Amino acid sequence: MSTSKNNSFGRPGVRYAMTMDTRRCVGCNACVFACKAENALPAKGFRDWITYTVKGNFPALSELIRSERCNHCSNSPCTTNCPTGASHVGPGGIVLVDRGMCTGCKACIASCPYDARYVHTDGFVDKCTFCVHRVKRGLDPACVSACPTKALAFGDLNDPDSHVSELLRYRKHTVLKPEKGLDPNLFFLL
Amino acid sequence: MEEFTIIRNSLHVDPHLDIWGWEIFVYLFLGGLAAGIMIISAINGLGYKQAKEDGSPSSWSRWAPFLAPVVISLGMLALFLDLEHKLYVWRFYTAFRITSPMSWGAWILLGLYPVTILLGLAFLEDNEIESLKSFAPIRWLKLGALLEWLCRLGSAWRKVLLWANLALGLGLGVYTGILLGSLGVARPAWNSAILGPLFLVSGFSTGAALLMLFPLNHNEHERLRRWDAWAIVLELALLGLFFIGLASGDGYDRMALEMFFGGKLTALFWSLVVAVGLLVPLTIELTEGHKGIRPTALAPVLLLIGGVSLRWIIVSAGLY
Repeated sequence: MSTSKNNSFGRPGVRYAMTMDTRRCVGCNACVFACKAENALPAKGFRDWITYTVKGNFPALSELIRSERCNHCSNSPCTTNCPTGASHVGPGGIVLVDRGMCTGCKACIASCPYDARYVHTDGFVDKCTFCVHRVKRGLDPACVSACPTKALAFGDLNDPDSHVSELLRYRKHTVLKPEKGLDPNLFFLL
Repeated sequence: MEEFTIIRNSLHVDPHLDIWGWEIFVYLFLGGLAAGIMIISAINGLGYKQAKEDGSPSSWSRWAPFLAPVVISLGMLALFLDLEHKLYVWRFYTAFRITSPMSWGAWILLGLYPVTILLGLAFLEDNEIESLKSFAPIRWLKLGALLEWLCRLGSAWRKVLLWANLALGLGLGVYTGILLGSLGVARPAWNSAILGPLFLVSGFSTGAALLMLFPLNHNEHERLRRWDAWAIVLELALLGLFFIGLASGDGYDRMALEMFFGGKLTALFWSLVVAVGLLVPLTIELTEGHKGIRPTALAPVLLLIGGVSLRWIIVSAGLY
């Protein structure tokens, strides 16, 4: 876990990423509630969410649970398609929306293959920020802090000693829709 | 068996994407229509000398450029209604984003007003300018001198304005399709640059259809009908290419193709767009041409219905 002592925010060459351990996740939704509370989201707004994939025939069933959110793609169509520059890539590759510049045209929502964005009830388009306000202070995103099974980890992918780098080095992992070629920074440990 | 459950209920995203309603396909239709009017006005204007020899062009065809800003204003109103953060609409004009077709479009729409209005003024005749000057609002605001100066300016720059109308018209028509095409990574049914020329040709065809509803003279009507028949044939060919593109794509693309061949948009697409919107008016236009029948409003009206339907169905196919 990162602390304010090794705060990497704003340092050049940082590439923030999150890992989600599908073997640890029990689908408790704590990440969702933590996010909702931390970011004061409206009732019909979700920056992260849980998905369940059940395969097989009873009784031989298998279930895969994932905590999903914006993938903060390194090659992000939501930022290139934004007509005003409201949707932009911030420090460390975090994809952000400047709500004072957003017209609510929804081109970014249409261009996201992960459906990670939604229209906030106040009119602008909203999405996961990796809790950038916490990251600035050297804290983990709220969902990571709240996870009771430590299924989530956050850190700098370009730092070989970070927890996420270590996990990705030793664990089998995948990303969602890799065929889209968007270079997502949300990794699922298998 | 595979069952996928997502625990989420976000506005306009769940249970299925419904971010763009009637506003967007109506805007795309009106944008194409305005593009068609601009291109036709430009071609008409470039052949103005020839037309003058054949018998003076009708006043309706000279006034046609003014239709473009009217149509595009309605379209921009629809676009504005779609915005979720309406007070921030001015943000379109404090930025130019080269990678965003929507940004290109916002600026094209703005540039289109002076270009089309000046072109219209450039072809006004002296008595028309006089009657415009006595038009109440212009008289009250004492804009007569300004109007006359703009007409002279338009006349002097006629050639430049004609080419500017042609270029901006082509740009506008192509952009209405590319706007959807650029979102193709997430929306397989829009994952085709063919939508650019397809919407351009459809826009040209609907522009011709709208003008055919006005009392033009015989030669002008005849020429529009001939151009329009070619545009319909070209549009059918482009639709074919669009489907070939989807058919030769990956699994996502083929799922999008399914919607037009057996899926939920099949009946609407083949009846409204292909039959009512293209094949029937083409048959009517060819028959009118060969048999010398007096043209009616039927073919143009069907073409306009087909134009709206094409945008509606393509937009729906992407969001599905």
